[in-house]
Amino acid sequence: MNIKKFFNLKSLLALGAVIFFSFSQAIAEETAIVAEDVAKNDGLGKTVGYYVLLFLLLCIFIGIIGKILSVYDLTRKIQGGRNGIKWDKINGVLFAVTLIVGLYGTYWSYTVHGAQILPAASSIHGAKIDTMFSITLILTTIVLVLTHIALFSFAYLYNSSKKRKAYYYPHNNTLEKYWTVIPAIVLTVLVLMGFFTWRGITNISKEDMKSAIQVDVSAQQFSWDVRYAGKDNVNGRKNFKLIGGLNGLNSSGLDLSDKANYDDLRVNEIVLPVNKSVRFTLSSKDVIHSFYMPHFRTQMNCVPGMTTYFQFTPTKTTQEMRQDTDNAKFDYTLLCAKICGGSHYNMQFKVRVVSNREYQQWLKEQKPAVTEDMKKEYQLAMKDNVTGSESKIALNN
Amino acid sequence: MSTIAINNPSAIPHDDHSHEHHHETFLTKYVFSQDHKMIAKQFLITGIIMAVIAMLLSILFRIQLAYPDQSFPLLEVLLGRFAPEGRLDPNFYLSLVTIHGTIMVFFVLTAGLSGTFSNLLIPLQIGARDMASPFMNMLSYWLFFIASVIMVSTFFVESGPAGGGWTIYPPLSAVPQAMPGSGLGMTLWLVSMVLFVASSLMGGINYVSTILNMRTKGMDLWKMPLTIWSFLLTAILGILSFPVLVAGVVLLIFDRSFGTSFYLSDIFIGGQALSHEGGSPILWQHLFWFLGHPEVYIVIMPAMGIASEVMSVNSRKPIFGYHAMVYSLIGITSLSFIVWGHHMFVTGMNPFLGGVFMITTLIIAVPSAVKTFNWLATLWRGNIRFTPAMLFAIGLVSFFISGGLTGIWLGNAALDIHLHDTYFVVAHFHLVMGSAAIFGMVAGVYHWFPKMFGRMMNAKLGYLHFWLTFISAYLVFFPMHFMGLDGVPRRYYAFTEFESMDKWLSVNVFVTWSAILGAVAQVAFLFNFFYSIFFGKKATENPWEANTLEWTTPVERIHGNWPGEIPTVYRWPYDYSKPGHGEDFILQSTPHSQTMSSNLLHDFEGNEVAEKIQEKWNIDNNRTTDTEFK
Repeated sequence: MNIKKFFNLKSLLALGAVIFFSFSQAIAEETAIVAEDVAKNDGLGKTVGYYVLLFLLLCIFIGIIGKILSVYDLTRKIQGGRNGIKWDKINGVLFAVTLIVGLYGTYWSYTVHGAQILPAASSIHGAKIDTMFSITLILTTIVLVLTHIALFSFAYLYNSSKKRKAYYYPHNNTLEKYWTVIPAIVLTVLVLMGFFTWRGITNISKEDMKSAIQVDVSAQQFSWDVRYAGKDNVNGRKNFKLIGGLNGLNSSGLDLSDKANYDDLRVNEIVLPVNKSVRFTLSSKDVIHSFYMPHFRTQMNCVPGMTTYFQFTPTKTTQEMRQDTDNAKFDYTLLCAKICGGSHYNMQFKVRVVSNREYQQWLKEQKPAVTEDMKKEYQLAMKDNVTGSESKIALNN
Repeated sequence: MSTIAINNPSAIPHDDHSHEHHHETFLTKYVFSQDHKMIAKQFLITGIIMAVIAMLLSILFRIQLAYPDQSFPLLEVLLGRFAPEGRLDPNFYLSLVTIHGTIMVFFVLTAGLSGTFSNLLIPLQIGARDMASPFMNMLSYWLFFIASVIMVSTFFVESGPAGGGWTIYPPLSAVPQAMPGSGLGMTLWLVSMVLFVASSLMGGINYVSTILNMRTKGMDLWKMPLTIWSFLLTAILGILSFPVLVAGVVLLIFDRSFGTSFYLSDIFIGGQALSHEGGSPILWQHLFWFLGHPEVYIVIMPAMGIASEVMSVNSRKPIFGYHAMVYSLIGITSLSFIVWGHHMFVTGMNPFLGGVFMITTLIIAVPSAVKTFNWLATLWRGNIRFTPAMLFAIGLVSFFISGGLTGIWLGNAALDIHLHDTYFVVAHFHLVMGSAAIFGMVAGVYHWFPKMFGRMMNAKLGYLHFWLTFISAYLVFFPMHFMGLDGVPRRYYAFTEFESMDKWLSVNVFVTWSAILGAVAQVAFLFNFFYSIFFGKKATENPWEANTLEWTTPVERIHGNWPGEIPTVYRWPYDYSKPGHGEDFILQSTPHSQTMSSNLLHDFEGNEVAEKIQEKWNIDNNRTTDTEFK
């Protein structure tokens, strides 16, 4: 190969100089403009120029190495009539090295990064998901390692040689049947397990739905509006058209003509009793959000115009998790997992799991969602309504 | 078949052709060219430019993720109001993510990949003078070009480019009050996509009709190289799924601009209730992913085809299980239409439907597994030449395995509950369709550069490029899996607000520097590419000693491809290292009568006369026919 021509140092340098010149000129111009406006950007051009120069030096360095290699290659060819540098061999060896380093790197990442992943699930269905997780992890890791051993060791073992010819081996139907059927069987097992786990999580009987603690969550940019169902364990109706009604007091759009609303509680943290099933009714006021509580392995989108649900049973109190994770500051979190706008990254809401006694205590302290002021406004508006005013009060008027 | 090719207007006999050549102006040769090879180059160079832009965008947001609290005055100089005080604006961050994704998926890996190699290789490998409709082909490029310009120009819109993520889920994308990126930037995004799809359809229809109608004599479907198979199936996939995206986009435009409610209902935003009622945001997701999922196969299948071809040539071995490779491509193509719901397990779609989509999704893993094992078997006992193209093809296999395996996790609805929209997904698709497809594309560039420019790229720079890119891609994406397993959601502007995410900051710094290394490594490619166009070593007609027809065309790359008659095809494209033959490759255009010493019974496809002749020859020449001929 005629590398000599390619790695022509002179042209490389000339090119580098031209690029550098135009770069530095552009930067100089830019800095001139910026200097007028912002004094703090002083020296920016210099910094950028420095890095550009550093990069060009690196390029030249690589160019020189290329040059040296080509000279070495040529001298070897002239002296011994041999074939010069055996790049095929080098690349083959590099694949072998990659295999070893890569396997170690994978192991290291599994242990070091793997230690930082979520603690074991703190919900009943989450434990099932964790089992699926472990099975899938083991299976895929085995396949990952074996196929990579094959891939990189073949690359190492069979690099080009003039002495031999490749083995003409166009197909082998038996082999192909094996590696069609075996993955198919493994995947069938995974599918069935996954299917039943999924159905178990999402397919809940009517009685279980009703007996669970009802919590209504309405997402909005960029906060969560959470209501507990109160004594009747039914969340009252709401409607987006009523939001901001009652003189701006009705921030959730509660429909006050529905009596179920009056015992609902507005909360500023989600508190759940341990080992009690809880059913979240999810909706959104504006764009799609996602109700994501990773420690419980729960996620469901909050969609404007439709309700979605997620029901689960927490199994560990916050206190227990603090001990388990050895982290005194541990807290469950609710976060938004669906892109929803500028502050998508900061839509947190506090979640606590406590004993049943603490839960009942906490519940007593919560304020009703329908405040006295709202009731007054509502009654006032209803009176007005008789006289024909068109204020937003309830849907059935 | 060949008669059609001869009737093609561009298939003028040689003498007339050179005569016509004189009339070509700069404009008709380089700009409004109707020659498939020039159009391929236009697609490639536009694709490369778009890839560089998208890569720079990714570096910008990677810097933000690594140093969320630091100010970079340079950013303010470059981006102005998008980076006040030298820190990216959260909305602009989302725009960067969105445009990075859009450009990479559509403009680089769909148009840049399919556009380049389908255009270049289809006529050359099936033996045609040009595409079925050269004019439509040209139109396809120019629509793509306009779409690209519009997409990039959104950076100059005052409210910024589209910012709802590349999937632009309404209502976020439909309601301008929701975020600045849903203003004019989004309108332009939608316009750009409509043009893009039009371009893609024109290309696709051309590819399919060319492959089906214009194959040279002897080139039956089962003699086509795997590249052509993959381009054919990719084009069919695109033709059937892209129109659905246009439908979705048009409805979204209606919702945005004309007050309809296809996707919108019950929205209270910016202090007022919108009048939209009765629509469903889920409808958009169905329409989008009906394209969106086939789209990932539109991206990866041409890369698979290229890798199969490159690996066979450079292993000096026939591709293992040619028929299985084709059938698995067909399997992937058909199954890809019924798996879209796995993007929607937790979006509120009926959970039972989720279960069904999980089953179809995991079935599609089977043909993918077959392909992987066949590639491994192709390497086994080969005589591997590590050209840069070969290195990248091997890299593709590695990425396809590691990214594909995590697909088994995400395709499982139960696991997806906790992995959906986390960094696990980011890691998964960046490996399996991002890195793998890019590697396929780059492999194709290194391999067919001689057919595009008549020169060779520098191999040593190619090695450097490969090893740096391969390693940095793994360093970037592998740790992300664990972030996802820790429940870190994607598209977060900063991880500073949640205490539990603090521990990932050092990993983010590491990932960012790996990404910068990867980006810098691309300079080796860019330099090599553009330098070699003008100053590379002159190529020979068949530098890789490959079998397919493109290597029988002259180095000069004339309009019409072959100076004389189009060669006839006699055999499949993978006769490498055939026992009994002197060289380790036999061109597709070499008749069996010239390779008597290596013919196998199977080669004659039941032609009894030919078999008799061969048997007689065997006896006359004392050829031991052992078991293989029988």
